[in-house]
Amino acid sequence: MSKVAEEQEAAGPERGADASFDGLRMRGLTKEFASFTAVKDLDLDVPTGSFFALLGPSGCGKTTTLRMVAGLESPTAGTITLGGKDITRAKAYQRPVNTVFQSYALFPHLDIFENVAFGLRRRKTGDVDAEVKRMLDLVELESQARKKPAQLSGGQQQRVALARALINQPEVLLLDEPLGALDLKLRRSMQIELKRIQTEVGLTFIHVTHDQEEAMTMADTIAVMNAGVIEQMGAPAELYENPHTTFVANFLGQSNLIEGTIQKRDGDLVTVDMQGVGVSVPTHRTHADGDRGWVGIRPEKVLIGDEGEALDAPGNTIPGGVVTDVSFVGVSTQYLVRMPWGQELQVFEQNTGRRRIFRTGDKVELSWRPEYAFLLDHAQDAHAGAQLGDD
Amino acid sequence: MRWIRERMVLILGLLVLLYTFVPIFVVVLMSFNKLPSEQSKIYKFSSFTLDNWLHPCADPSMCSALGKSLAIGGLATLVATVLGTLMAFALVRHRFAGRSAMNLTIFMPMASPEIVMGSSLLALFVAGGFAGQLGFWTILIAHIMFCLSFVVVTVRARLAGMDDTLEQAAMDLYATPSQTFWKVTFPLVFPGILGAALLSFSLSFDDFIITNLNAGQTTTFPMYVWGVARKTVPMQINVIGTLMLIVSVTIVLIGEFNNRRRAAAR
Amino acid sequence: MAEQGLRKSTTGYLLLLPGLLWLVLFFVIPFYSLVAASLYDPAGSDFRGYQMTYHWQNYTDALRDYGKPEGWNHPFWLILAAVIGVAVTVGLLLRARRGTSQTHSVGSYVGYGFVGALVGMAVLYPIFKALFVGGAPMVLSPLLRSLLYGALATAFCLLLGYVLAYAIAFKSGRWKTLMLVLVIAPFFTSFLVRTLSWKLLLGDDSVITHVFQALHLIGSNGQLLYTPFAVIAGLTYNFLPFMVLPLFASLDKIDYRLIEASRDLYANPIVGFFKVTWPLSLPGVISGTLLTFIPAVGDYINAELLGSTNTRMIGSVIQSLFTDANDYPAASALSVMLMVLIVGMVLVYVRRAGTEELL
Repeated sequence: MSKVAEEQEAAGPERGADASFDGLRMRGLTKEFASFTAVKDLDLDVPTGSFFALLGPSGCGKTTTLRMVAGLESPTAGTITLGGKDITRAKAYQRPVNTVFQSYALFPHLDIFENVAFGLRRRKTGDVDAEVKRMLDLVELESQARKKPAQLSGGQQQRVALARALINQPEVLLLDEPLGALDLKLRRSMQIELKRIQTEVGLTFIHVTHDQEEAMTMADTIAVMNAGVIEQMGAPAELYENPHTTFVANFLGQSNLIEGTIQKRDGDLVTVDMQGVGVSVPTHRTHADGDRGWVGIRPEKVLIGDEGEALDAPGNTIPGGVVTDVSFVGVSTQYLVRMPWGQELQVFEQNTGRRRIFRTGDKVELSWRPEYAFLLDHAQDAHAGAQLGDD
Repeated sequence: MRWIRERMVLILGLLVLLYTFVPIFVVVLMSFNKLPSEQSKIYKFSSFTLDNWLHPCADPSMCSALGKSLAIGGLATLVATVLGTLMAFALVRHRFAGRSAMNLTIFMPMASPEIVMGSSLLALFVAGGFAGQLGFWTILIAHIMFCLSFVVVTVRARLAGMDDTLEQAAMDLYATPSQTFWKVTFPLVFPGILGAALLSFSLSFDDFIITNLNAGQTTTFPMYVWGVARKTVPMQINVIGTLMLIVSVTIVLIGEFNNRRRAAAR
Repeated sequence: MAEQGLRKSTTGYLLLLPGLLWLVLFFVIPFYSLVAASLYDPAGSDFRGYQMTYHWQNYTDALRDYGKPEGWNHPFWLILAAVIGVAVTVGLLLRARRGTSQTHSVGSYVGYGFVGALVGMAVLYPIFKALFVGGAPMVLSPLLRSLLYGALATAFCLLLGYVLAYAIAFKSGRWKTLMLVLVIAPFFTSFLVRTLSWKLLLGDDSVITHVFQALHLIGSNGQLLYTPFAVIAGLTYNFLPFMVLPLFASLDKIDYRLIEASRDLYANPIVGFFKVTWPLSLPGVISGTLLTFIPAVGDYINAELLGSTNTRMIGSVIQSLFTDANDYPAASALSVMLMVLIVGMVLVYVRRAGTEELL
């Protein structure tokens, strides 16, 4: 079993470790194509009724995983169970799972009413007219019921796709990057809409996306996926503040990763010799074996000050920095600071107005509170996950 | 003057278009023509009459030839459309070996001279001992053969242009493979199939060279026209020509009208 | 992802089978019958049956009877014309390569030289004969005439068709679909009935004939009907849609912004056309010329209805050899030769134009 599944089971029964787990469970899920393996031995438990995000760069296997859950792709190995029943070999039309496709896939030859009614008609359940009307009201498209998809705007089409899937009250609703084709403002408002609908309807939503901001905004739980495996899974804040791998650290937001040698592991604290400066990292935030590691600190957690200025951060002070770039971004100022060992660190400072803005060439000191730092395994690539994701 | 220069290309284009229509006007015009005498061989307009329209089958052999052409056209269209549609589905949706050889076999008839295709079929029939039985069925066989390629190309284009996630969406929404086909795939491909059928029919109806070589004693409409071309031409052939024009233009306009109506309902 | 959509099952083969079988039975196999028939002993007949005697002479006989032009019997001028043709072609080749680092293989020089020789003979020999030898004018054979008329009709179709296709693709605005319909509509009237109309339009008393007479393009009693002009006009008219539609398809795909970009970069409309539009429309040009030339060469309806015995095309010959003379071997031999010639020309043309995908 993978590390992630072990962690899940260790987290206790309320995380669904026992056999009576009635959510979506994947074990050892693998998908191999002729030239490469898209998904490798995936283990995942999706809690019922949660808004779950599967986050990762293009080609990481998240869409393939989704399609396997939907039944549109058959796994090479592994099992998928839903509500205790094994659905691995079930055909797509036999599963209580519905998908909102990236391209919406609305039937062009049917009007909106018939599109939304499609699933109900196939299963011959329910009062079609009443249900469709109710669903169209939910997505605010009652007036467009008799139009064809081609006559609707992108945002409206997206809502039809959602209605068409939701109306069947599936046990799991899959969303394959549904907001990708929308412009920024519309995307933001749809993010809020989707979250609201999910809370109202109470179904399990699995949202696949490469946009880390989107995932953090909407999801209760995020699984970060890379090259066919899940790197880390948890609540957005957990993942962001305490990443376990360099990929997660770089993919979600940005991180500074600085090489260091571990000197002492002493109960609650780990001491690291970071390029000649002694820093400490809380033990529950260290994820490195061996004697070397990457000290990680988020740019917004780094405090910047004039040389010799006493900063409000006992412990980790690093002198000798020179500002090499200043970007004024309105809300904040982003600095690049070259440190004595040659690395340029990123520092984001909110423009509270209390301090002057530094200029290129200024000599500065950096510091941060130890409880914000994390320590990652040295064997990992410090650039993994960087410059991917949100573009 | 400037106005003309800017639109020069358009004007030239319209002139060319006009050029394509001049003979059509002649056809329509001549359908109202009265031959000066029974034996006149000169192809010229002499006086106006509605006789041709009122007595289209004045020459019974013309109507019999017309009947043959319609029958062959209908049957050939039916068979070619069905077989061709099946092939198009196979080509677009399935994988198999020898694809390029297959493509070549399918597309060669479109690019071969008719005289060669007709000759080779005749050679086949003769070699097979059917020299004495050339007629309706040999013509039909030939027509199905050359219509097939056109059907395959037309339906294939339509099918390939179809978004295949639509079928996945249907399956995701509880449609079995059979339901998916009839409720989603078929309605979307149908316009292509219809277009292919129309194309097939007109190719078959209009064919002369291949038909002539393999017809034996049977006469189709084009063969009839050929036969009378050097003798007295009954003006009723222009009636048929005009009718065909009206029917086909109507069909196309109906299709266009449908499209515009759908687009306009925004 | 498309790879995953294709099913590997036997359903594919089953779907393909009936149609493919039909094509193999009635298109591929007949070709073998044709070749076989071309080798029959000409002494047979379709009543008594034919003996297969591998009578290769059928080909040489057919070539002699219908392939060789009359009056082509002055070897000196013929060779001179061929040599000039080769020299000009090779010279052009060398000049075109000057300044680039491309070198040609010997094979391509030979190939181009051969084509140059043929073109030289075709163009220069008649001129030499007319100027220096005199005597009876050269009479083309049906085979050569078909190739010539086909080529001329294709050239005219290209000219007219390109204008029309361009107008529809770029200048027609809202009327685009209507114009396309109008291009295709005549196609649905009987081919033969339309061709008969040309008899009226080019008849001795017609407007067009009078205009030509007035412009002294023909003599004051000149005829348009039953001349090569009428035949080529008929061919051009009949095959115009085959040229317009592929051209339109190609032109329509061109993003007009590319042309605008060329204007922005100082190209006037004419230069813009040759540097941008024409190259991008080449696939359509190639499809169109092939779809026009191939059937035009084999057509004989126009020649018979609008022409005379002097404009006889190879299709007529083959047809009458089959039906009137019942000379199956000769007819088959001619048919095979025509096919081989056309396939050969198509291959050379396609290779030169650099496109292998026609459809």
